[in-house]
Amino acid sequence: MTTADLQAVWTRPFERRMPPVTEIGAASMVAVVVGVIYLSAYLPKRAPLGVAVAMFVIAAALQLTNAVLIARLRDFAWRRFFQVARWALLAYAVIAGVIEYAFIYDHTHGDLLVVMTFGLVLFMLNVPVLIAFTVARYEATRPSSPSSAA
Amino acid sequence: MAVAAEAGRASESAAQRPSVQIVPVKGLPIVALVLAGVVVAITRNQTWGLTFCHVVGGGLWTGIDLFVGFVVGPILARMTIAARVEFSTRFMPMMLLIMPTIVTMTLAAGFQLARLEGFLDTSNPRHGWVVASFCVVGVMAVIALAYLEPANVAVLFELRKLEPDGDVIAKLMRRFVYTAGITGVMQISTLLIMTKLAS
Repeated sequence: MTTADLQAVWTRPFERRMPPVTEIGAASMVAVVVGVIYLSAYLPKRAPLGVAVAMFVIAAALQLTNAVLIARLRDFAWRRFFQVARWALLAYAVIAGVIEYAFIYDHTHGDLLVVMTFGLVLFMLNVPVLIAFTVARYEATRPSSPSSAA
Repeated sequence: MAVAAEAGRASESAAQRPSVQIVPVKGLPIVALVLAGVVVAITRNQTWGLTFCHVVGGGLWTGIDLFVGFVVGPILARMTIAARVEFSTRFMPMMLLIMPTIVTMTLAAGFQLARLEGFLDTSNPRHGWVVASFCVVGVMAVIALAYLEPANVAVLFELRKLEPDGDVIAKLMRRFVYTAGITGVMQISTLLIMTKLAS
């Protein structure tokens, strides 16, 4: 059986409707970037943390929404999703580690360090999800029920 | 119909296609070396080292973005799917290593340089330009990390399949070409900001 034959039986990835995970992830990233730019614009002085915290909370809420949307997916290539997410997370954990080192090296401390680290963690978690979702959504999967094959 | 026919031809050429490696493992030691160099320059607060990392990384980043956005992208958009597959098989894995490395190199060294030169201080007359560069980098980061890089990785996974779906490759490559074009335009503003900062 060729892939084309399999795709006739299985759900063809290209035609499958998916929730707007990429768009929500991008919006979350915008919130993180705004928070980080706001904090960085005050350096080396201390920025009022309220705006940054609000931005990071919005970003976290958007990522949580994404997690719920992805968890509710049926006929999704979960194995591929976790395979890609795992390796991407490793790569972004290294990048986040280098950035965290720079924060500490530049004598960032106290609640500012906590807020910056929170933003960094959001960034580190968001990108692997977006990469893994984009890869997994184009994987052919066997539909679990006739109605979900449409 | 034409797309379907092209996709069929792309499938036929699958046997002749070179095997796709998502991450070129041979390049990883070079990446590690470059990143170690950046860490050393930062740790030593060495102005020459930081300037070298920032200028070399920034020059490559801007040059590659402009070249891909305005030269490679439009050419790629006019190629047949089979040719795009052939090109992407060789091009995308390299971009997956090169771009994150030079972006990390440029930003890390640039931030430390700005700190050393006092540009981060709100009282510095050039502080506004630094914040403007943060904004440009922020927009480029969102485009690159949310759209461009996932499309890049997804194309590579599609190309590894025995019979890649031509429609999927066409869609993802379109996304790649558009986002590369947008980051190319953003790089022009980076050039304006950086030359303003340096003069």
